[in-house]
Amino acid sequence: MDNEDANKPDAAAPKPLEEVQASQGAAADLGDEAKMKRISRRSFCWAALAVGGTYLAFNRIHAASTKWTKDASGNPMAEWEPGVFRSALRFDDSVSERLFSTTTLTPTFPDSAITEARTNGDLGLPDDFDPSTWKLKVEGLAGSKSIELTMTDIRSLQRIEYVTQFKCIEGWSYFMKWGGVTLASFIEKYKPEGAPSFVGLETPDVDPDTKRPGYYVSIDMPAAIHPQTMLCFEMNGKPLEPEHGAPLRLIIPHKYGVKNIKRIGVIRYSKEMPADYWAEQGYDEYAGL
Amino acid sequence: MSNPNLRLEKKHPLAIRWNHWLNFPLLAVMIWSGLLIYWANDVYHVPVPGTGPVRIFHENKESGADPDELKGIFPFVMGAPKYWPEKWTEENPDDRSKPRLIYSIKNRLAEGMAWHFFFMWFFTINGIVYVLFTAISGQWRYLVPQKGTIKHAIWTVLHDMHLKKQPPPRQKFNGAQQIAYTSIIVMGLGSTLTGLAIYKPTQVWWLLAMFGGYGAARFIHFWLMIGYVLFFLIHVAQVVRAGWNNFRAMITGYELAPVEAEAVNG
Repeated sequence: MDNEDANKPDAAAPKPLEEVQASQGAAADLGDEAKMKRISRRSFCWAALAVGGTYLAFNRIHAASTKWTKDASGNPMAEWEPGVFRSALRFDDSVSERLFSTTTLTPTFPDSAITEARTNGDLGLPDDFDPSTWKLKVEGLAGSKSIELTMTDIRSLQRIEYVTQFKCIEGWSYFMKWGGVTLASFIEKYKPEGAPSFVGLETPDVDPDTKRPGYYVSIDMPAAIHPQTMLCFEMNGKPLEPEHGAPLRLIIPHKYGVKNIKRIGVIRYSKEMPADYWAEQGYDEYAGL
Repeated sequence: MSNPNLRLEKKHPLAIRWNHWLNFPLLAVMIWSGLLIYWANDVYHVPVPGTGPVRIFHENKESGADPDELKGIFPFVMGAPKYWPEKWTEENPDDRSKPRLIYSIKNRLAEGMAWHFFFMWFFTINGIVYVLFTAISGQWRYLVPQKGTIKHAIWTVLHDMHLKKQPPPRQKFNGAQQIAYTSIIVMGLGSTLTGLAIYKPTQVWWLLAMFGGYGAARFIHFWLMIGYVLFFLIHVAQVVRAGWNNFRAMITGYELAPVEAEAVNG
């Protein structure tokens, strides 16, 4: 885009010429305007290329993150999918893991900070649930065993209670006091087979159509053994209410609310990344704050 | 026609022109994807007397975009032009206590986050390169407000509004421009920092605390965006007013400057 020649002062020309130009009035300035025209032509060609390139680049990105389906009347319908963005999100997460510590504590607050809770989402929480028959299934234990635990087993683990800001991926938040036991102490007591990289958690119900639980999340192991990660059964000093995930839910304040699964039915250690409900909908599977 | 009073002058360095024009699509993507995120929790209202609070934007989870309708409006967007609002709707037009909706769009939070957290890198890097270039090259001298800037800015505004006849002394960027172009960089820094604070509130809890917490940081982040939109409107209006020679200089780097200005510019 630059044109250094154009900047050379005309004074560099031999003096006689300058005098000639002066005598011809505007001739010297015609030179400058002609130069401007030449520079403009070249620059605007570049600009057009840049605009076209940007347009093509955005179309490529758009095409690489679009899934074509059919609407109700059979017409082609474009739907967004993570596509190329999946690797971008994973890149963000790897930068975050390198830059930050996985054990940084989320700020806690005094009781006076507590605000009203918001009930949001009932995925995996059908009404026909009977808490009296509830048991926690644990899979992927050492020796590839599976066991079932009761609330009594859970309550015997390391107690923890704090007030923290619960942050939903949608952008809202509230302050709440959560009480329970650390997931770290759970993993310490119920040791996994080998060294799994993930913990998968699922609601106890099974959808008759999909044969899958109503809600499920994947938690990376460093986040799972974070000292604040909690198997929670108390809210605001009282037993957890059904709409907030009774009898047992996950509170993991360094992840978005979507990872704080309610009504845990299954805990499964896994080498591979377990299924995650919202990651399947195109959200970042890490969701770390 | 030649003009004896015009002389070719270098105005904008190549790096600044690239930074400037790259910033346009980058900021556009950041604003658009940011709105997709915002719509998931559209809490900011503007009180408008007589009509009750107006929700500037509102996500409409029920209705989806009608691609055919939109293709008619934006045929140049290839594929699915879902980028655009499907309709202007009003919720409860008779009930003045309910917020009015003046803009609505389908729930596309995941999409917004994906774009936002990809393009944030390019937006931030472009800003850093711009600041480094202006600092090292000395271009900052023309851009950063200094002694006399406020006087010059007021003079410029008064002259622009035809309240003062005599134009202010000519300089590369007038006082009003210096204030605007420096403010926009400070705003960019504010967006980057509040953005980081909302993005990693646990990790940078100290930064979040500096902005007054999660809700406050999100609030600032949102209103800075509105600030960019206002800046853009005024900026474009002023560029149109300033004319072709000025606009061309941002593309080519050169302008045809009046010869008598030479002494003023030194």
